[in-house]
Amino acid sequence: MIRFRIIKRKPLPGWAKIVIPIAAILATLILAAIPILLAGGHLWKSYYYLFHGALGTRYNLLETFVKASPLLLTGLAVAFAFRAKFWNIGAEGQLLAGALTATVLGVHLGSIPPVLVLPIVIIGGFLAGGLWASIPALLKTKLKVDDVVSTLLLNYVMIHIMGALLFGPLQQPGSSWPRSSAIVEAACYPILMPRSRFHLGIIISFVAMLIIWFINKKTTFGYQAKAVGTNIRAAHFGGINTTSVILWTALISGGLAGLAGVGELCALQYRLIMDISPGYGYSGIVIAMLGNLHPVGVLFSSLFFSVIIVGAQTMSRMTGVPTYIAEVIQGMALMVMLIFLLFTEYKIKVQRK
Amino acid sequence: MIAEFLDLAFISGLMGATMRMATPIIFAALGEILTERAGVLNLGIEGIMLMGAMTGFVFTYSSGSIWFGVFAAACVGMLLGFLMALLSVNLGLSQHVSGLGITLFATGLAMFIYRLHFGSPTVPPIIQPFKQVALPVLSKIPVIGTGLFTQYTLTYIAWLLVPALSILLYKTTIGLKIRTVGENPVVADTVGVNVALTRTLCLVAGGALMGIGGAFLTLAHQNMFLIDVIGGRGWVAIAMVIFGNWNPLKATIGALIFGFLDGLQLRLQSIGVVLSFHLFLMIPYLLTIIALIGVSRRAAVPAGLLKPYRREEKGG
Amino acid sequence: MGKNDQPVVRMSGITKRFLDVTANQDVSFELHSGEICALLGENGAGKTTLMNILFGYYACDAGEIFIKGEKVNLSAPKDAISRGVGMIHQHFALVASQTVLENIIVGTASRKGIFLDLASARQALVRLQERFGLQIDPDARVWTLSVGEQQKVEILKALYRDVDILIMDEPTAVLAPAETTDLFNTLRSLVKEGRSVVFISHKLNEVMDISDRIVVLRAGEVVAESNTGETNARELANLMVGRELLESIEKTQLAPADPVLNIRGLNVLNDKKLAAITDLNLTVHQNEILGMAGISGNGQTELSEVLFGMRFPVDGAVQVNDRPLKFGSPAASIQSQMGRIPEDRIDTGLLMDLSVEENLILENHSSAAFQTYGLMKSQKIRNFCEDLIRAYSIKTAGRDATTKSLSGGNLQKVMLARELAGEPSLIIASQPTRGLDVGAMEYIHQRLVKERDRGAGILLISDDLDEIFALSDRIVVFYEGKVMGEAPGATASREQIGLWMSGVMA
Repeated sequence: MIRFRIIKRKPLPGWAKIVIPIAAILATLILAAIPILLAGGHLWKSYYYLFHGALGTRYNLLETFVKASPLLLTGLAVAFAFRAKFWNIGAEGQLLAGALTATVLGVHLGSIPPVLVLPIVIIGGFLAGGLWASIPALLKTKLKVDDVVSTLLLNYVMIHIMGALLFGPLQQPGSSWPRSSAIVEAACYPILMPRSRFHLGIIISFVAMLIIWFINKKTTFGYQAKAVGTNIRAAHFGGINTTSVILWTALISGGLAGLAGVGELCALQYRLIMDISPGYGYSGIVIAMLGNLHPVGVLFSSLFFSVIIVGAQTMSRMTGVPTYIAEVIQGMALMVMLIFLLFTEYKIKVQRK
Repeated sequence: MIAEFLDLAFISGLMGATMRMATPIIFAALGEILTERAGVLNLGIEGIMLMGAMTGFVFTYSSGSIWFGVFAAACVGMLLGFLMALLSVNLGLSQHVSGLGITLFATGLAMFIYRLHFGSPTVPPIIQPFKQVALPVLSKIPVIGTGLFTQYTLTYIAWLLVPALSILLYKTTIGLKIRTVGENPVVADTVGVNVALTRTLCLVAGGALMGIGGAFLTLAHQNMFLIDVIGGRGWVAIAMVIFGNWNPLKATIGALIFGFLDGLQLRLQSIGVVLSFHLFLMIPYLLTIIALIGVSRRAAVPAGLLKPYRREEKGG
Repeated sequence: MGKNDQPVVRMSGITKRFLDVTANQDVSFELHSGEICALLGENGAGKTTLMNILFGYYACDAGEIFIKGEKVNLSAPKDAISRGVGMIHQHFALVASQTVLENIIVGTASRKGIFLDLASARQALVRLQERFGLQIDPDARVWTLSVGEQQKVEILKALYRDVDILIMDEPTAVLAPAETTDLFNTLRSLVKEGRSVVFISHKLNEVMDISDRIVVLRAGEVVAESNTGETNARELANLMVGRELLESIEKTQLAPADPVLNIRGLNVLNDKKLAAITDLNLTVHQNEILGMAGISGNGQTELSEVLFGMRFPVDGAVQVNDRPLKFGSPAASIQSQMGRIPEDRIDTGLLMDLSVEENLILENHSSAAFQTYGLMKSQKIRNFCEDLIRAYSIKTAGRDATTKSLSGGNLQKVMLARELAGEPSLIIASQPTRGLDVGAMEYIHQRLVKERDRGAGILLISDDLDEIFALSDRIVVFYEGKVMGEAPGATASREQIGLWMSGVMA
């Protein structure tokens, strides 16, 4: 009888850290052939339109960056939190908190000097997301409430807060739809490349990535977060204030997600609607895992996902494969990445007895 | 307004709504209790419920038979439960992330398949949903007769499953094995219980229940499939498991409270209470969080929860 | 004691590797019916691995196993149990939250089909209890039982399954002398009826007391086998270690100076809200090693946790270097010039998945020497770590190597390096050599003496009497949260200490 046993293996050399995610992406793309074929799409044509739709023309390429921006931010938010083992599944709600605050500020700040408006909106959105994330962090550190469940539930609370406001005080006067008034001109992100939607938020998200990389690698706080995420008991023993570390991690993580919300509002929609986020907060989880929780990894994996999402639109138009294939590929990518990560530490031993 | 509250029709309507709204959560929570008692946290619950809802709907639409739809939903739930087992039990991957991966994958898959099957019609396809069944004698009792005993068959099944699961867990040899696997898999292994098999079976059976819970929403509660049909009820079920201290009966009470609030907010709107219905929709989630705070103090977490079990971990 | 010619267990040519460690190398082992055979060896000699293979818990890479004359292929403990082999591990395989009865019957067939048959199980259990004198309340929850009682539950569990080959792994490690006597009586009555016992231990005196035959393992190989009557403790000790045991450390007599640690009226509760320490008064001076002897589980863990800042006492006062110690704050304990060596180095003391460097700077990463405005000074940190690795001869691939890759002895060296780098005036060492090989043990002992000579005061908490006697200037015995007695290290008698350890005030 053949038996499989999973046993520890010798650690892989450093290059594995880069090769593994790339291999996972390739494997995912290959697996994506299954749903494509099931949808009756012609395989090579589908792949072609997928990539062409994302990278083939100048507009498409810039659009890919536009789509990557919120994904990069939520991916960073989740990666930063997971690194300290703060299981932030609430990036979606934190994103909405940021968008909501940006709306309130962006609609009502018309009378102050225009040059101040955008910074206030951005900072406000960041703080809103950060504060929303600090609630489950407080619950976790002071009351031992599981962060997975609490961050999840708070997503729905925030959705309903948004709904209550959009059908209430924030609703555009005269409209019967749940939408807000438009934000003032000064609160809109400037478009940086003509004839495209390439906006300031993209630069902000890239800068955010650099800042997070710097925090992680060079600061005492980054070291403390890493220690807390590795072994909270030993970190506590070593004198680290673990409560403070988790709270600040939540603030930054939620703030990043909040920035994603600000971006969607101030660069694309210009007013708040219920569907302002198609699940970016949840995608952030996949992106963070695929990027191995490292900022640069998150950058590349957010680009990968953006290619898939943007490309899927074109692919869908040209081949009839439903756009939801993007979500299917996301889910598959996560599982493939997990499996590949596993095999960096373990291997299968076949025993014949 | 008080008069309206005390109106018997209102009360009995509210009771009925409570049971209805609680049903999918009861199914899902029972499924989750089964898997968590065996030591696995299944965060794929929301995705499994959605796949169950979609599968049940599609199969009912194509075959004309509602029960076939329920059956198909259960099968899909089992398959996804099995996938979760492969990832978290056999491969020993992080349970948190495997489960979320399954939710993301299953959510995308559900929408993908639905769109494949139906395209984007202007009028959403509908089916003939379950009809409520009035229990022979009991439904004649005033007030609670129409409230409690005129329900969908699936709801009655949920009621029966609660004591059934309790008996299984606490009074049978299988239940003792499951609980031991969840508390201390080393112990179970040394007395000859196959830890991986037990966890896999619990995941599969739990998945079936979750699938049925999801199908309830498209086959009884409503008669169509919408993307947000589950609406976070899977996560509420997870919270109810914690709230109920991993006990089927207590988790069901939590589900009933949720169902009560869900039903209440609809009714309050209809009698003209002017409060944004969104605020009402928020209350169940807030209450769940508050309940979690109270419960986290004295939680009887299965001690082996979240830890993958591998025999040859240590060296010598 | 009838011994058959046919051994009831025969293992031949057993080899087992974990990654690049060979735990068992071509080991052959026999067990006869009606005998108690001791498997003797140090930590890491391969005794537990060998028995785990017999129990079916591990699979061997090479070799054959015969049980009761029949060649067997064990893929799981279930197979071993069905052939009458049972194993009681060092960490009990019991579910703390369940009852004794539930723990014993899990996995066994019930007469009521799939329904639990608690009534007849209870009857069968009572019968077993009377036969072997193992009285436990079947409905008690396991977490309420004492360690000795839990061990009895484990034995009952094996007997309930008709185990006639019983393997016990370091059974006396957590027992008081009285409970040990109890256990030995039980074992003798078990073998009287033809059962066999394998007794894994590193405690020579007990092995000489209880066993009929002794097999000595060293570094994964069998080095000797003998009937107990034909050998003696000294010979066995040398076989275990391979050379003459270092009997005492070179230690100069020093006069203890000012107190560095002063504990007054300390009361501490354990996790079950029961009294772990009652009204403790204790003083440690400079130039002194105070050895706190006692079996683990008598409050030592709680004491070290309070001093480390990991636990709040109910009341009492602690002064370090004449300054009051703030409770519940590891940072405050670190500030007070305390070097802390926790008993659980892996889970409490070290960040196993991080590098050696990241572990070494855990406690001083935010000091002015290593950071400015939150920015870490990597060059300074690097130099600091390389110096420490050199000074403590830590065997590692480099300061960036993952701490997980280090051996037990080197892990403890990392711990020591980190804690002693600042030349603390007080050192609390809790079970510092637990699980380490002799070489590492010697290094740590020498290090501790060096620190004492430098002027530190050391509180050494250990359940290893040899260690206590080798190092201590003064010995106190801790039992059930109280000090039973005190004696000077040079003249204390082992018998007196042993009595105090068992709670006998004399």
